[in-house]
Amino acid sequence: MSVPGAATARTAEPSNYLNAEYSIKSWFLTLDHKRIGLLYLAGLTFFFTLGGLFAVLIRLELLTPEGDLFQSETYNKLFTMHGIFMVFFFLLPSIPAVLGNFFLPLMIGARDLAFPKLNLLSWYIYMVGGLFTLYAMVAGGVDTGWTFYTPYSSVYANSHVIAAALGIFISGFSSILTGVNFIATIHTMRAPGLTWFRMPLFVWAHYATSLIMVLGTPVIAITIVLVAIERLFGVGIFDPAKGGDPILFQHLFWFYSHPAVYIMILPGMGVISEIVACFSRKRIFGYHIIAMSSLAIAVLGFLVWGHHMFVSGQSIYAGILFSLLSMLVAIPSAIKVFNWTATLYRGSIRFDTPMLYTLGFIGLFTIGGLTGIFLASLAVDVHVHDTYFIVAHFHYVMVGGMVMAYLGGLHFYWPKMFGRLYPETLAKIAAVMIFVGFNLTFFPQFLLGYLGMPRRYHAYPEEFQVLNVLSTAGASILGLGFALPMGYLIWSLFRGKPAGNNPWGASGLEWQTQSPPISHNFDEVPIVTEEAYAYDTLRPPAAASPEQEEVLHV
Amino acid sequence: MFEDFSFFPEAASTVAGRVDAIYLFLVVVTIFFVGLISAALLIFSVRYRRGRGHAPEQVHGSIALEILWSAIPLLIVLFVFGWSAKVFFDVRTVPTEGMEVFVTGKQWMWKLQHPTGHREINSLHVPKGQAVILTMTSEDVIHDFYVPAFRVKQDVVPGMYSQLWFEATKTGTYHLFCAEYCGTKHSQMIGEIVVLEPAAYEAWLAGNPAGRNPVEAGKVLFENLRCATCHAAGSGQRGPDLAGRFGEQVRMRDGQTVIFDENYARQSILEPKSHIVAGFEELMPTYEGQVSEDEILQLIAYIKSLSTGDEEPK
Repeated sequence: MSVPGAATARTAEPSNYLNAEYSIKSWFLTLDHKRIGLLYLAGLTFFFTLGGLFAVLIRLELLTPEGDLFQSETYNKLFTMHGIFMVFFFLLPSIPAVLGNFFLPLMIGARDLAFPKLNLLSWYIYMVGGLFTLYAMVAGGVDTGWTFYTPYSSVYANSHVIAAALGIFISGFSSILTGVNFIATIHTMRAPGLTWFRMPLFVWAHYATSLIMVLGTPVIAITIVLVAIERLFGVGIFDPAKGGDPILFQHLFWFYSHPAVYIMILPGMGVISEIVACFSRKRIFGYHIIAMSSLAIAVLGFLVWGHHMFVSGQSIYAGILFSLLSMLVAIPSAIKVFNWTATLYRGSIRFDTPMLYTLGFIGLFTIGGLTGIFLASLAVDVHVHDTYFIVAHFHYVMVGGMVMAYLGGLHFYWPKMFGRLYPETLAKIAAVMIFVGFNLTFFPQFLLGYLGMPRRYHAYPEEFQVLNVLSTAGASILGLGFALPMGYLIWSLFRGKPAGNNPWGASGLEWQTQSPPISHNFDEVPIVTEEAYAYDTLRPPAAASPEQEEVLHV
Repeated sequence: MFEDFSFFPEAASTVAGRVDAIYLFLVVVTIFFVGLISAALLIFSVRYRRGRGHAPEQVHGSIALEILWSAIPLLIVLFVFGWSAKVFFDVRTVPTEGMEVFVTGKQWMWKLQHPTGHREINSLHVPKGQAVILTMTSEDVIHDFYVPAFRVKQDVVPGMYSQLWFEATKTGTYHLFCAEYCGTKHSQMIGEIVVLEPAAYEAWLAGNPAGRNPVEAGKVLFENLRCATCHAAGSGQRGPDLAGRFGEQVRMRDGQTVIFDENYARQSILEPKSHIVAGFEELMPTYEGQVSEDEILQLIAYIKSLSTGDEEPK
């Protein structure tokens, strides 16, 4: 590979995308994908913090069986707002909007995304959507659950359903634009020599994700419009009293929202593939299989929505078919887990913070995936559907999986994004706290679910208290674990040690640019001559520690 | 806080043990695979940590391994699929004989009607060892009838009937939860299922006042609402005779056939124009707003009795 910019002398502070311009306008009207990635990072961090605060209040209420901290109505609004902010304004955009925006062009040797203006527009749309939903919250909140089931949401709920739903509707367009942008970029802007099967798996994962974003998001938009029409004008669509069908809503909602789960997890899988190869200093095991399994998940993901509806009144035979298809979607996920694990075999493994998150991800995602099989099993699902078992399951996938991958990715790429290192020891402590706190929070919820505790219960029978207390205890550790990186990452922006261009000795075009990268990424168009993860031809990190020196001498 | 603490729910129905068996099998599968992956991560992490000073060996992959670790999970999930589909089929297939109970959910209470005419709110007394068949609907939003000890759950949807059945195997009092979020007091839409020995159940029935049973109540409604004017045999046949037709295929004017079940009956009462039986005209007015959900259930109970009870088809 050619190494543009590597020879730049480390004088004062070389020009980069951060110091190129300082005006406020240069940020809010920027067309630089890296700056837009940072704008997203700011927005996402805000909504994640908000969603997290709601979670804290929920866990506090559930310390005792009686509903004594909040009124029922308030509690219902808390879990609804927690779900809406976390799903639509954090998890869905998270990795694609921040790391994808920032690194996709760098990874494929491009100067920007295919449509820089659309990219900026997508951030504005996201923020307007978020502010609408924020308005719904401030104006009094919404209490339908993030799933907006009809006819409760369309007729009976006395809360700000339309404002909240409109926010989600608007932010959906941001998703669609990002998807279109990524697909066009990957098709047309790869550097010379970067064939499809030389692309990093991060890029493959984002390609699969973008397909779901573009194909699925319009369906949720239509669904939300239908709910709004019924609510505003009384047209019978979902309300049986007016000749509508309440179950139709569930079909439409899950037709998007199940694939959306894969929008949330696939980019995380992409990040994990990058990190596991880098910290094992090895080619990833089964590259083609991992790439194709992302596409398989994207396609199969559209065919399994009915597993949310086994007890909804859908026919037995539909239930059986959806169960079978849901079982099949487990296979590509299992394949990925096995391949990541096998990548460690005969590697040369280092345990920096990104790798700790990655090992945590593999373990927790395995539990999340396997408990998904419980839910795809018809007879077991009948019992655990809408209980804490499913709450635990999707938090294992979404927090144990996606949030771990997001944090792993953020630590991995932080030196490239800002040119500075985060404090390693503190970061390791936070990673361990998050892992322990997470398990203590959510493992007891599997037991609660099988015992029969329904989700979305403000008050619960006394026999469920022990496990709820454990869960709340875990949540406090988890909360502190999340607070730490927010603190030290900001600190590192000003005080962190200079990172150098490639502190991990990672392969990939993004690591051959300057840290932080220059505004147009590459001085010369790079030419790719090798597959991804060619760690055998790559020199180990320049700033090698003593034990790495040994490796060199072997 | 620790008095009633346990890790596993009580199993008190004929299907509970079968569901638990699949669950426990899956727990074993989960422990096996999580153990396998964790052990591999741990062993590789220790053996191949960078400090040990060996160069990484570039392995590209292995088709044999890929096939192996796709095929084994595939076989396991297909086995679990088949097993749980069989149990699900049995859980969802309502037996032909059993004690029929009508359930109406509304924000935020359960109303239950015994075949004997006894009515209960937020509690249901049932005899042990007998199939209990619930025919359920909602007056407002979607609710869900969930009895963890029986491992059964079914959404209760407005505008249609859903059915759920169970056979209790142990006497005792069990939780009844609404499991589908239904608004402000969702967590207070709870109740209890009291399972009694058959004799004790008879004594409970005798000790509590019964209203008209649903069939009798339905018969009175059938007369008061003047349904009989058109729907009884020999009434000039402006509407189809209902006797002996329940559960049968009915041929419509447009050539479709529809099964005459609870949902069909309900729809015909509320939206008579939706299905016109072959050979009849569009004459019937809607009864929307004139009958409550409870009354529709009673009418259906009576219509059913015309096919199963004393008035045998000619």
